[in-house]
Amino acid sequence: MTTDASPGGAIPCTPREAAGAAGTPILEVRDLTVHHGQLRAISDVSIRVRPGEVYAMIGANGAGKSTLMRTIAGLHSPTSGQVLLDGKDVTRMRPERRATAGISMVPEGRRLFPSLTLEENLKVGASYARKGSWDIPAVMELFPFMEERRNQKTGQMSGGEQQMVAISRALVANPRLLLLDELSLGLAPVIVQRIYGVLPRILESGVTVLLVEQDVSQARRVASYLHCLLEGRTTLEGPPAQFTSEQVEAAYFGMGGVH
Amino acid sequence: MAWVNDIIQGILLGGLYALFACGLSLLFGIMKVVNLAHGDLAIVGAYVATGVIAVTHVQFLWSIPIMIVLMAAVGYVLQRSVIQAALSKGELATLIVTFGLSVVIENGLQQFFTANSRSIGTNSSLLSNSFSLGSQIPIGWLPLGIFVVAVIVLLALQFFLSRSKYGRMIRAVADDREAAMLSGVNARHVFGIAAAIAFATVGLAGVAYGMSGQFSPSDGNSSILLWAFASVVIGGLGSLWGTLLGGIVLGVAELIGAQINPSYEALAGYVIFLVVLVLRPQGLTARRSQS
Amino acid sequence: MTVTGEATLLPGAAPRVTRSRRNVWWTGIVALVIVVVFALLPYYVYAGTTAILDQAFVILTLACMWNLLAGYGGLVSVGQQAFLGLGAYVMLILAMHGVSPFLGLPLGAIGAGVAAVPLWWLVSRLRTGYFAIATWVLATAVELFIEQFQSIGGGSGLPLPGLSGFGPTLLSAYTYWAGLAVSVLALATVYFLLRSRVGLTLTAIRDDETAARSSGVKVGLARGLVFLVAAIGCGAAGGVLAIQQLQVVPQTSGGVFSVQWTAEMAFAVIIGGIGTIEGPILGTIIYMVLQQTLQQYNVWYLITLGLVAIAITLFARRGLWGLVDEHLGVRLFPVGYYLWPASRAKQP
Repeated sequence: MTTDASPGGAIPCTPREAAGAAGTPILEVRDLTVHHGQLRAISDVSIRVRPGEVYAMIGANGAGKSTLMRTIAGLHSPTSGQVLLDGKDVTRMRPERRATAGISMVPEGRRLFPSLTLEENLKVGASYARKGSWDIPAVMELFPFMEERRNQKTGQMSGGEQQMVAISRALVANPRLLLLDELSLGLAPVIVQRIYGVLPRILESGVTVLLVEQDVSQARRVASYLHCLLEGRTTLEGPPAQFTSEQVEAAYFGMGGVH
Repeated sequence: MAWVNDIIQGILLGGLYALFACGLSLLFGIMKVVNLAHGDLAIVGAYVATGVIAVTHVQFLWSIPIMIVLMAAVGYVLQRSVIQAALSKGELATLIVTFGLSVVIENGLQQFFTANSRSIGTNSSLLSNSFSLGSQIPIGWLPLGIFVVAVIVLLALQFFLSRSKYGRMIRAVADDREAAMLSGVNARHVFGIAAAIAFATVGLAGVAYGMSGQFSPSDGNSSILLWAFASVVIGGLGSLWGTLLGGIVLGVAELIGAQINPSYEALAGYVIFLVVLVLRPQGLTARRSQS
Repeated sequence: MTVTGEATLLPGAAPRVTRSRRNVWWTGIVALVIVVVFALLPYYVYAGTTAILDQAFVILTLACMWNLLAGYGGLVSVGQQAFLGLGAYVMLILAMHGVSPFLGLPLGAIGAGVAAVPLWWLVSRLRTGYFAIATWVLATAVELFIEQFQSIGGGSGLPLPGLSGFGPTLLSAYTYWAGLAVSVLALATVYFLLRSRVGLTLTAIRDDETAARSSGVKVGLARGLVFLVAAIGCGAAGGVLAIQQLQVVPQTSGGVFSVQWTAEMAFAVIIGGIGTIEGPILGTIIYMVLQQTLQQYNVWYLITLGLVAIAITLFARRGLWGLVDEHLGVRLFPVGYYLWPASRAKQP
C-alpha cells in the first residue's frame, strides 16, 4: 500500500533530511544513458523519487531496470547523465561511499555471503551503519525465523529465507533509500506476499523505497508511483491509480504510444 | 627411538612451516591469489631485518617489529596496485604477475645482497641451546620458540578472521566483492589490509628461518614456496589449524625421509605434496571435495 | 533459383572463407628464404655470432611451447624445465653408451614425451592455480630424483661424451644447425597443429571452456596433446642446450633444471604476445636484444624482463604482437578464418 509518510515524525533526522520532505526529491536521476559494452541499456531516463514513496520500476526482461538500479547504487558507470542524492551529485561516487551516504541495495539474486553465518551477514551490513532504528534485534523482530538460525551458514537456506536475510542486511545500515531489485524472482507467491508485507513497517521508519518488479500486479499493489521501462526508455510513469491495465500492458510490451 | 625423535622434531619444524604458510592461507585460501612470490617474500623479510640492524644498529629484537611494519606496508601497496589489477584480469594474469614478482625479487636481492648465504645472528646462547626431553630427545629452544610463536600467530589470525569486524569484512569481500561494496565495505582497502597481514607474517617466518640457519636469495622460490603451499594444501584450504596440521605432516615426513636416507629429506616432502595434490586436493581438514 | 525476400545471389558471389584478412601468400616463401639464409650463416659469420643465435633458437623453441601451453591450452606451467632436463639426461645416458648426441637429441625429446604421459595423468585434473603449483613441484621432484644417481653426475652433472671427435668450427656449425632445425620444427609443428582440427578445438577451449565441453569437444584430450607436444619440444631444446654447453648440469649456471628457463620462456611469450604464433618470435628477439645489451649488468636483464612482463600483463594483455595485430590485421602465420559475407545483387 502506498503511504505519504513524512520522515520527520518517525525517527531522529538531521535538519537536512527534514528539508527533504518539503520539496527536494530524495533521489533524482537526470537523462541517464548507460551502456553495457556496445549495447545501449538505458537511454535518457529520468526519475524523481520523493521521500516516503514506494517507487516501482516495471518492465520486461532486458528492459534495463536492473542496470538502472546498479547504476544508482554505483556498481555501473553511466555514459552520460546524473544521479543526485538529496540534490547532491553522486554520479562519480564509489558504491561503498553511496552506501554510507544512505543508499542500500538488495541486489538481484540476493547475493548473500555464503561462507558467513546469518548473523555475520547482518553484521557486515551494519559495518558502516548510520544512526537509526534498524539494528540487528530490530530486524530479528521483523523476520522472526532468523533468531534461531543466526549461526547457520546462509548458503543452505531457501530462496525466501535468503531474500529476507538480504533485506535485513540492507536495513541494518539504516539507509534513507532502499533499493529492492527483483524481490520476487524465483520465489513462491505466498513467500513474496509475506516479504512485501513488511514494506509498511519499513516505510514507517522513514525509509524510501525504490523497487524493481517484473510482476506488474504486485507492483501496482505496493507502489505509490509506477515507472515503466522498455528497451531502456521510459514508456509510462505516474501513480498507479492513474492507469488502466491496458495502458500499463501497452507500455510494458510496447504496443502503441502511451503516456 | 630415533623415530620418536624425528616425530617430535618434525612437529617443531611444522611450526616454522605453518608460520610460512599462514600468510598464504590468507592469500590463497581466502583471497584466491596464487602467490608464486610468497617464498621470496619470506626471504625479503629476513633481509629487511638484517638491513634494519645494519642501518640503525638497533638490538636484534627491535628489528622484528620494524620489519613487520615495513613488510605490512609493502604488502598493502602491492595488493592495492599490482595484485588487485592482476586479479581483475583473471587467474592467468595473477600467476604471471606473481611469477614475475618472484623473479624480480629474487634477482633484485641477488643484486644487492649477493647470492651468498648468511644467517641472522642473535648473540644469544640461550637460543642455540637445548634441553632434553627424557634422556634422548633434545629440544632446541629456538625451534620450540618458533613453534610457540607460530601457534600464537595462528591463534591471533584465527581470532581476527572469525571474530573481528575487519576479519568478517575480509571474508565477505572474498565471498562477493560487489555485495560487500553495497554494504559500505571498501573492498580495495580491506584486501589491502589482508595482504599486509599476510606479508607481515611471512616476513616474520623469514626471520625465524634466518635465525635457524643459512638463507640466500634462491631459497625463496625453491624450498620455502614448497613448504608454504604444501602446508596449506595438505592441511586444507581455508582452515588455519589445517595449515598447522599440514606443516606438521610435512615436517614429520621430511625428517622420517631423512632418517631413511639423508638425501631423501626434500624429496619426501615433494612426494607427500604430490600425493595429496593428486589424491585429495582439498586437504586433510576439508569436508567436501572441491571441484 | 531465387531466395525469397530481398536479395538474389549472383553465381560466384557465395560467402567466402579465407585464412587471412589480407592476401599474404608470400609469407610462406619468405619464411623458406629466411630459413635457408639462416642455414647458410655458419659459412659466413664468426662462431661467436652463431653461438648467440643458437641461444636464441633455444629460447624460441621454449617460447613456442610455453605459448602453446598457456596461450592455447590454458595451462600455465612453471615446471617445463623438468622436460628440458629429461631431454638432456636421456641424451646423456645414450651418449654414455656410445650414441652420438646428435642422434640422441631426437631420442631425448621422445624420452621427455614418454615421461610426460604419467606426469600428465598426475596433473590433468587440476585447475589453473593448482596446476601451476603442481608443475613446479613436479619439476623440482624430477630434478631431485635424477640427482640421486651419481652415475649420471648427481648434483654436479657430467660432461657430454661423444663431442670430442669434431673440430671446433665444425662442432659449432653442427650445434648451430641442430638448434636451427629444432626451432624450425617447433614453429612448424605449432603452426600446423593450430591450423588443424585440434587447433580449432584449442581455440574453442581458450575462448569458452564450458561451451566447448557442452558442444562435445574433447577438452582433456586436446590439452593432453598440447602437454605432450610441449614436453617433446622442451626436451629437444634441452638437448640442444646440453650440446651447446658440452655438459649436462642440473642447476648451477644455466643448468637444465633451472627455473630460470621457465622465467625466460614465459617472459618472452608474454612480452611478444601470448596466444599468437608470431608472439614468441617477437618475444625471443626482444629477449635476446635485452640480454645482449644488459649482459654486463648481470641479473638486471631478468629483472627488466620481469618488470616488463608484469607491465604488459596488466596494460597490454596481448603483448607487442597483439598491438601490431590490432592495428594492421596481418597474420604471418594464418591459423584463423575470416568470413567474407556474400555480396548482394540488386532486386531484379
